[in-house]
Amino acid sequence: MTDTDALLQLVPKAEGKQSMKDFKSDQEVRWCPGCGDYAVLAAVQGFMPQLGLAKENIVFVSGIGCSSRFPYYMNTYGMHSIHGRAPAIATGLAASRRDLSVWVVTGDGDALSIGGNHLIHALRRNVNLKILLFNNRIYGLTKGQYSPTSEVGKITKSTPMGSLDAPFNPVSLAIGAEASFVARTVDSDRRHLTEVLRQAADHPGTALVEIYQNCNIFNDGAFEVLKDRQQAEDAVIRLEHGEPIRFGADRSKGVVRDPRTGDLKVVAVTPENEAGILVHDAHAASPTTAFALSRLADPDTLHHTPIGVFRSVGRPVYDTLMADQLDTAIEQRGKGDLAALLAGGDTWTVVG
Amino acid sequence: MTSQVSSTAEHADGAVVGEQRTAAGTKDVRRLDRVIIRFAGDSGDGMQLTGDRFTSETASFGNDLSTLPNFPAEIRAPAGTLPGVSSFQLHFADHDILTPGDAPNVLVAMNPAALKANIGDLPRGAEIIVNTDEFTRRAMQKVGYDSSPLEDGSLDGYHLHPVPLTTLTVEALKDFDLSRKEAERSKNMFALGLLSWMYHRPTEGTEKFLRSKFAKKPDIAEANIAAFRAGWNFGETTEDFAVSYEVAPAATAFPPGVYRNISGNLALSYGLVAASRQADLPLFLGSYPITPASDILHELSRHKNFGVRTFQAEDEIAGIGAALGAAFGGSLAVTTTSGPGVALKSETIGLAVSLELPLLIVDIQRGGPSTGLPTKTEQADLLQAMYGRNGEAPVPVVAPRTPADCFDAALEAARIALAYRTPVFLLSDGYLANGSEPWRIPDLEELPDLRVRFAQGPNHALDDGTEVFWPYKRDPQTLARPWAIPGTPGLEHRIGGIEKQDGTGNISYDPANHDFMVRTRQAKVDGIDVPDLDVDDPDGTAGLLVLGWGSTYGPITAAVRRLRNAGERVAQAHLRHLNPFPRNLGAVLEKYDKVVVPEMNLGQLATLVRAKYLVDAQSYNQVNGMPFKAEQLATALKEAIDD
Repeated sequence: MTDTDALLQLVPKAEGKQSMKDFKSDQEVRWCPGCGDYAVLAAVQGFMPQLGLAKENIVFVSGIGCSSRFPYYMNTYGMHSIHGRAPAIATGLAASRRDLSVWVVTGDGDALSIGGNHLIHALRRNVNLKILLFNNRIYGLTKGQYSPTSEVGKITKSTPMGSLDAPFNPVSLAIGAEASFVARTVDSDRRHLTEVLRQAADHPGTALVEIYQNCNIFNDGAFEVLKDRQQAEDAVIRLEHGEPIRFGADRSKGVVRDPRTGDLKVVAVTPENEAGILVHDAHAASPTTAFALSRLADPDTLHHTPIGVFRSVGRPVYDTLMADQLDTAIEQRGKGDLAALLAGGDTWTVVG
Repeated sequence: MTSQVSSTAEHADGAVVGEQRTAAGTKDVRRLDRVIIRFAGDSGDGMQLTGDRFTSETASFGNDLSTLPNFPAEIRAPAGTLPGVSSFQLHFADHDILTPGDAPNVLVAMNPAALKANIGDLPRGAEIIVNTDEFTRRAMQKVGYDSSPLEDGSLDGYHLHPVPLTTLTVEALKDFDLSRKEAERSKNMFALGLLSWMYHRPTEGTEKFLRSKFAKKPDIAEANIAAFRAGWNFGETTEDFAVSYEVAPAATAFPPGVYRNISGNLALSYGLVAASRQADLPLFLGSYPITPASDILHELSRHKNFGVRTFQAEDEIAGIGAALGAAFGGSLAVTTTSGPGVALKSETIGLAVSLELPLLIVDIQRGGPSTGLPTKTEQADLLQAMYGRNGEAPVPVVAPRTPADCFDAALEAARIALAYRTPVFLLSDGYLANGSEPWRIPDLEELPDLRVRFAQGPNHALDDGTEVFWPYKRDPQTLARPWAIPGTPGLEHRIGGIEKQDGTGNISYDPANHDFMVRTRQAKVDGIDVPDLDVDDPDGTAGLLVLGWGSTYGPITAAVRRLRNAGERVAQAHLRHLNPFPRNLGAVLEKYDKVVVPEMNLGQLATLVRAKYLVDAQSYNQVNGMPFKAEQLATALKEAIDD
């Protein structure tokens, strides 16, 4: 039995067959009409029955922001917490309840600004959490300030002359934070989104899924280049484990390693260089190539944006290690005896 | 007035009462009813360890005792400087005592800085043991001694014992294969041996302790034991130490039972483990290291075989966040911190108020504001605990009064959190945390039953008869909402920090509902069942009530005893519950002409009492990082009586 199987078996299975309807709560969805969040919600609700887990053992935890309203719409257990803290709260829940499937829903502001610290520490610990990071490159709920993923020079209400700070690349950040599973997908590509979610759900440990999500009110069309059929051909690089990394019309472009620098670059595929096209290895022990892939995209134009699973490697899971220590302590010292604990050390008796 | 009070103190809290000379070899043995010893040296001299060992010897001998460790925030401040002085004060007696004592009878000064920093606290006639080896010209100049205080007559009023502690230690260890530097390190054990001889302390415990502490380095263990014995023998043989002292066990001061010595942080940790057992819930601690609370994290992390999960988080916010997550999952959840950490946790505490989940917030108060005095004590977080959140966010507050009482206070805080589904503040402080006293180990049968029932099924019928689960439908008695943990089929629900509709828990921005929910959360906390306040007013004729809370219990009680022994009438009451107050507090306050509230802050409880009960409660304050001294407090109270 693999670690994956062992971990997933801790979460009880659903008794009967589930449908998407089982995962819809009775709450009215209150996102703006046309928001990309609807597509992600539908994809998650549609995907959950595939997992076949008892829905009472599924918990969605969120922070603050538009995407963080997500738990209200899932007919599972859920907590809409405070800004940036969802990974910390979910860590306590997952570490103390290994029979739960814990999901975190967060946004670019929530996860990367106010909650940046919790995100990176959850990733390095490898707590058994599935983190869905909705990245719309803008603050929506506070009505349109630039975010930590906004492109430099972005004109917003708080930056009338353009934003000054360089953006985070969430995939690069996650890989740098020792993440064991990092993927990127797009709200409008239901099939891709679902496939990535499936892989994330199967991953033991923290899985970070960046979901490019359109905010049609404050940052409409931010990912249009990745969605428009014509442009997407040249802009999107679909990563498939074990496959050569090729894209473009007739898969005419490919990613190769520059022998001089060791870095990756995009080339036109020719019969001469075809054999040298990089084959994607999501399970590579070293994060170096996954990181290089995350740097291919141009942060301004989004050209050469890889989507799919960048990295998926097995690493000890925090909650498992914590539970193991408890078991070991009991093996070594026996189950705790409170009376013996209280009476430990030097004692003396006063006789009445 | 001062002199009058202090003279009565002699009878009240003891001193040299009788001097019985018995022949023990050639040396006199005198009987004392109590002694206050202070060990002082450089941060690296091992004074805390020395004090701890003397305390253990004293506890196992059966004296009542109270301790006051006092150390700098720096791990190793520059050697030989005043800021680097670390001290440990121990008060022990043949009767029950309440404080670590106002002024030491004996000072052990390991260097000039230790002498200089502590001499001001010594009454004339006290004994001073100095390590003469450290009194070099340079070391003395470093702390501003132009001439040697050992020779210039400035210590004439004291019983000075000059002892070359370092030389004697090195000499005693010359047969060990140790460098001079290594040998010198055992000088604290030499001092401990000498003091153990002076006060007839049992020594087996210390030898056993050294063997176990240095189990992996038996040479070092034996060297320390040799130094310890050399110190003992030095006392026995040297003419300078002509007298040794006996302090009989405090047999009559304690109810029958099995006792141990315990510090506040240890008692608090045990209280949490006990609460977990009594609630039959796993304990989860989310914490970030901070002085003086870290010892609780250390202690609990040693008890994983009790099912205790300890999580050292990336910051204070994640510490409480993880605890809140674990509470949602059905753990007895705790976060431990000090004042600066509470400030960072405030938003999450507000969320816990809104979610109505059980959560213990343990605040080991220290000097503030900001970083303040990390290793010193203060009671200045009371108003932060009461009000330090956005919105109307009432949180119950419980405060222990002595180190051992931290055990019971932890159980009480857990009771309130679990029964009422609310975050609860447990306000200890640095003095309680590090101080220690004898503790009667309770039988497990004495501990309260803290078991709770998780929600198991629907709790509400809709108009059409459908059975549903409403996460905010309350228990009519306690106003607590159901605790439905993930994994319970059919009770899937969502909670959050946005205002919720009464009953359903759905998001609601309705003005009337918000008004109702704010008042309901307040009513829940106001309605918590807390015991009435006991008033100690022996003949019911006192005009003055002294009202305290937290760690001032010892000094206040000692001061009240002094006053009563001097014929004064004074009443005393001490609050364990700061929110809600005991129901009878208003009536108690009304009975007295004068109310004085001594606090180690600028009057925070006094402010609350004045606001709530419209009484002219007078503050008596001290914020110097140290506990009140009984004599000073007695003097202030006497002035209030006479005023």
